[in-house]
Amino acid sequence: MAQFTLPKNSKVKQGNSFPLNNGATRKKTLQVYRWDPDTGGNPRMDSYEIDLDKCGPMVLDALIHIKNDIDSTLTFRRSCREGICGSCAMNIDGVNTLACTKAMGEIKKNVRIYPLPHKPVVKDLVPDMKQFYAQYAAIKPWMQTGAPAPKQGERLQTKENREKLDGLYECILCACCSTSCPSYWWNSDRYLGPATLLQAYRWIIDSRDGNTDERLAELEDPFSMYRCHTIMNCTNACPKGLNPAKAIAEIKKLLAAKML
Amino acid sequence: MTDSRTPLSPFLQYRPQLTSVLSITHRITGVLLCAGAVLLSLWLVAIAAGAETYAAISGHIAAWYGRFVIFGFVFSLYYHLCNGIRHLFWDMGLGLEITTAYRSGYVVLVATLLLTIVTFWAGSAS
Repeated sequence: MAQFTLPKNSKVKQGNSFPLNNGATRKKTLQVYRWDPDTGGNPRMDSYEIDLDKCGPMVLDALIHIKNDIDSTLTFRRSCREGICGSCAMNIDGVNTLACTKAMGEIKKNVRIYPLPHKPVVKDLVPDMKQFYAQYAAIKPWMQTGAPAPKQGERLQTKENREKLDGLYECILCACCSTSCPSYWWNSDRYLGPATLLQAYRWIIDSRDGNTDERLAELEDPFSMYRCHTIMNCTNACPKGLNPAKAIAEIKKLLAAKML
Repeated sequence: MTDSRTPLSPFLQYRPQLTSVLSITHRITGVLLCAGAVLLSLWLVAIAAGAETYAAISGHIAAWYGRFVIFGFVFSLYYHLCNGIRHLFWDMGLGLEITTAYRSGYVVLVATLLLTIVTFWAGSAS
């Protein structure tokens, strides 16, 4: 069901302020969501003023700078710092994206940072992704085929069939799209969400996979896929420029064709 | 992990996009059309009930609030129709790129406004 308020224990309160008291000329304020399971209570927004001359250009650079030099208790996930691992996905300036590829210069006002939306919070900017990964596993994201493996080399496909995977295989499963989707916020117990559905399509359309009909049948109920209403927050959010909304539309087309 | 103390991360700060705003508007206008259909049938019932009842209802329709309701109904009808056509293209797998979806979104808005204005202009002229 649509939900337009946060639970009582999740309402965000005003937090601590870390002002900058030196002669810095280029300053920026970051407002960051904080919640610590050890102290409990309600989450809060802490405010950090940083010197842009002592920090790289990206939001992730600023978060690392805060953790190293201002407040070591700040917790967030990060790894590759170049947009390929998907660890630092978070809600920045109202939109889900990767902190490592989002430049602070693109944001005029204070940089407001929240964890990925509508997920249980483990700590600070770290959301609990257990359900997301379980949904991904549920679509069996591996090749299923009755055909015996070729004696030599790998399973081949034509150039045209390989091209069908472009725009799908690049997905890094950062969950920016799924957690941007209002349908997913409110139905994630039964709706798989854009990331998992894009992955489902990636296997449905793979010429080497032999389980296409079973894969489609798995998505045929009213919730798994049909909770997609083409809101397109997913495609707007994808930091890799992929199009989950289009992938879902293609699955819908295949299912419709099956019924005819 | 998920005990009762664990907060739910905020989602209402998510920035509205043209696509998401038009999507929720499609749903809202759908609900309004249902309510409008009830009012429309009441109007028909009033005709069947005789001249006096019809005159009473006509008074309400002519009043400012009646006109407002009719304006809302006509706007909802055209919006739902135009955006419904946009949905039909999407169902064919067309126009799902962000640039095209934004362009078709603006087309829907302009078409809705034009059709609504033309309808009221024609209505007041007759």
